[in-house]
Amino acid sequence: MAERCAVIGVGQTKHDAKRIDVSMPGLVREAALRALADAGLGFADIDAVVIGKAPDMFEGVMMPELFLADALGCSGKPMLRVHTAGSVGGSTAIVAASLVQAGVHDRVLTVAYEKQSESNAMWALTVRIPFQQAVVAGAGGYFAPLIRAYIRRSGAPDDTGVRTALKDRTNALANPYAHLVFPGITFEQVASSPMLWDPIRYLETCPSSDGACAMVLASEKAAARAPGRPAWIHATAMKSEPTMFAGRDQVNPRAGRDCAAELYRKAGITNPRRDFDVAEIYVPFSWFEAMWMENLGFAAPNEGWKMVCEGATAMDGDMPVNCSGGVLSSNPIGASGMLRFAEAALQVRGQAGEHQIDGARRALGHAYGGGSQFFSMWVVASERP
Amino acid sequence: MTEIVKSITTPIRLEYVYRPGRATSRFLRGLAEGRILGQRCPVTGKVYVPPRGASPTHGVPTEEEVEVRDTGTVTTFCIVRIPSEGLSIPPPFVAAHILLDGADIPFFALIHECPFDQVRMGMRVKAVWVSKEELAPTFESIRYFKPLDEPDAPFESYREHL
Amino acid sequence: MRDVAIVSFAQAPNVRCETERNEVEMLMPVVAEALAASGIARGEIGFTVSGSCDYIAGQPFAFVSGIDAVGPWPPINESHVEMDGAFALYEAWLKIQSGEVDSALVYAFGKSSMGDIAEVLTLQLDPYTVAPLWPDAVSLAALQARVALDRSRVTERAMAEVAARSRRSAKANPNAQLRGDFDVDALLAEPYLVAPLRKHDCPPVTDGAAAVVLAAGELASRSCARPAWIRGIDHRIECHSLGARDLARSASTEIAGEKAGAFTGSFDVAELHAPFTHQELILCSALRMAPSVSVNPSGGALAANAVMVTGLIRLGEAAARIHAGDARRVLAHATSGPCLQQNLVCVMEA
Repeated sequence: MAERCAVIGVGQTKHDAKRIDVSMPGLVREAALRALADAGLGFADIDAVVIGKAPDMFEGVMMPELFLADALGCSGKPMLRVHTAGSVGGSTAIVAASLVQAGVHDRVLTVAYEKQSESNAMWALTVRIPFQQAVVAGAGGYFAPLIRAYIRRSGAPDDTGVRTALKDRTNALANPYAHLVFPGITFEQVASSPMLWDPIRYLETCPSSDGACAMVLASEKAAARAPGRPAWIHATAMKSEPTMFAGRDQVNPRAGRDCAAELYRKAGITNPRRDFDVAEIYVPFSWFEAMWMENLGFAAPNEGWKMVCEGATAMDGDMPVNCSGGVLSSNPIGASGMLRFAEAALQVRGQAGEHQIDGARRALGHAYGGGSQFFSMWVVASERP
Repeated sequence: MTEIVKSITTPIRLEYVYRPGRATSRFLRGLAEGRILGQRCPVTGKVYVPPRGASPTHGVPTEEEVEVRDTGTVTTFCIVRIPSEGLSIPPPFVAAHILLDGADIPFFALIHECPFDQVRMGMRVKAVWVSKEELAPTFESIRYFKPLDEPDAPFESYREHL
Repeated sequence: MRDVAIVSFAQAPNVRCETERNEVEMLMPVVAEALAASGIARGEIGFTVSGSCDYIAGQPFAFVSGIDAVGPWPPINESHVEMDGAFALYEAWLKIQSGEVDSALVYAFGKSSMGDIAEVLTLQLDPYTVAPLWPDAVSLAALQARVALDRSRVTERAMAEVAARSRRSAKANPNAQLRGDFDVDALLAEPYLVAPLRKHDCPPVTDGAAAVVLAAGELASRSCARPAWIRGIDHRIECHSLGARDLARSASTEIAGEKAGAFTGSFDVAELHAPFTHQELILCSALRMAPSVSVNPSGGALAANAVMVTGLIRLGEAAARIHAGDARRVLAHATSGPCLQQNLVCVMEA
């Protein structure tokens, strides 16, 4: 029953620690105008806008989409604002797609961003509520114990995380938009970088970035008039579970497994490692690549690290993951999920430039958030579904 | 010549009154008496500490109160080696998930009185409270956890809590 | 388009300050009541979506613990908007229209009492040029009222009449916070709070929570004796900059009304999300409300205004009139942003 929907325009900003050369409106416009140019459209051609970002306290503006409406040409149009924690970039794209799939609109602009330099994200994450336990040292302090649990459960070699970090940081050298670039980076440099939240090292950690990502999503009719190749959306899925409950598997959460299962069923994927040519998954700390390979069904439980150690997830491996450099290289939190979705679309459109996987036809975009509890994913392909 | 303004500082101050709700209030009152009070999910029978009033898996109120022990097992942990805003303790320190005896969900706490490189999964620990006079309805009533002179718990005993 | 209806609605009593229960404790009975009324089992709901705002709760990720009230296990298909719950309902409607699901649970919560809500809302303004001046929400509304008084047929007496009628209607609403009989002349003799607004022109500060169940086609008919079928729903935003808008009218409401089909046929009831008295008059004009329409029989936002919930309650209250057999065709409206910047219009029929 759903209308077909395709990505016909992709844009992103240069990601950096502090984009003081632009305001928030300037940042979102940079990405939006690039996506529109890619689609051969202007703001006037857009029917509706869907914005996503992570907590408003990161910038100190409540519901900033209200003041960004002017910069995104929204006057007189519908606008929605999504917030599902770290997965928000992905869920925002999915909400935008549903506007087309529901048959309501033909061309929807979706934008996700974060401009963390305008406030203090670490502070925003650790607001001290009098009667709540302190969140110890931000996201790293939260996820490091889960990584330790994964290492214990799987028996993964200690350098698994270092390998993923080295791969993603090397991939980032071929991405002109990446925030962190370390030319000539070596295994030893990553392995000898300081422990921040043992077992997570400095170079195994994502940065805090300013940045934005935008896409133009179109109905089949509108996609037919687009100048470039569309990336067709074959399936989308979202799943959530509680932050904590007795007996919860936080290392390999069921919400992620269920989300992937539903996504694959909708897209007709039976063997993800064979059926996908490339994947962009949300890896904010290096070890999560191995963990998510299992959660997403690319590897058997406790064997995700083998894919990392064998080089399967490298650019020249059989299942390239995060050719863009991933979240480890650019992390404008609210946009990080949409960047995964957008990079997947770029790959199947053959527009990923220096980090293109030749002939990529089908790609996975993945995002997660909260305490590994909110998941959003999509499958895009060069062929119409 | 027009100089471009690249940044302005606009301080924001908002004040909020936070209210913990019924379940957390009970828990905090317990701490003021030197006790750790959880609540049991009426469907699964699992004991939640600290309780938040709802069974997260079934969306029903948790009303039965259950006192748990102030001893427990470290299920996993990390060693924080960088300073962080809002934290008074200097790094390195150990932040751990502790499965309290009688509870079904790990409790987040700090571990001291043990070299940080000797903290391990399965280690048995006990709460160190503030003095009786200082007990108050706040998390700070428990200063931290320290090692117990007991053999480590086997991995299988806490595996499902990871 | 699929036939989609609101099949149940529940809300917490709207109160000045909920001191005992946290948000999850407030939500649980509301969600349970809405689900029970729909007869759709928790595990059968296809999609769950909520509306809430971190700055109301004074902490990041405020919505995260909210989902505990639903008991999302096994994992559920779920989303959240940092908007009033009415816009969450729109997302749910989309999901059903796309054919992905046949039912949805929508909920919203907010405890405006936690902070100084008029100041908190200041943070919605342009952070570089307007917010640093700290104009609060009441002052901005007063600015709009001034324009409306000077440029349209709005009068201070008409505004007082809106206040008196809203709070009189609220007497029949057990969940309302402000209710009673007020004399218009006596109200007009009161001093200004922020001229030209008097206290009665402004909404109360409210803590609240609400939930709605949506269902499609036959499932809706099985779930409810008289489903409130959504015949049109649309929302529009306009310029943020107050100087760039005609504050005496609501252009975005006019477009949303047109798209939602508000200008054909008549309505028995309209639930309008107007936190300030003059805004109801502006909205009635934008929606070309006939004098015969019963506007805000619940008392509206002037009787209870839990920010992030009030809009969803308008949709729920309007639908409930159909469920109860008191109305055949209703209009519901929700707003967001300073001075009615963004507006949603929904037309429902028995």
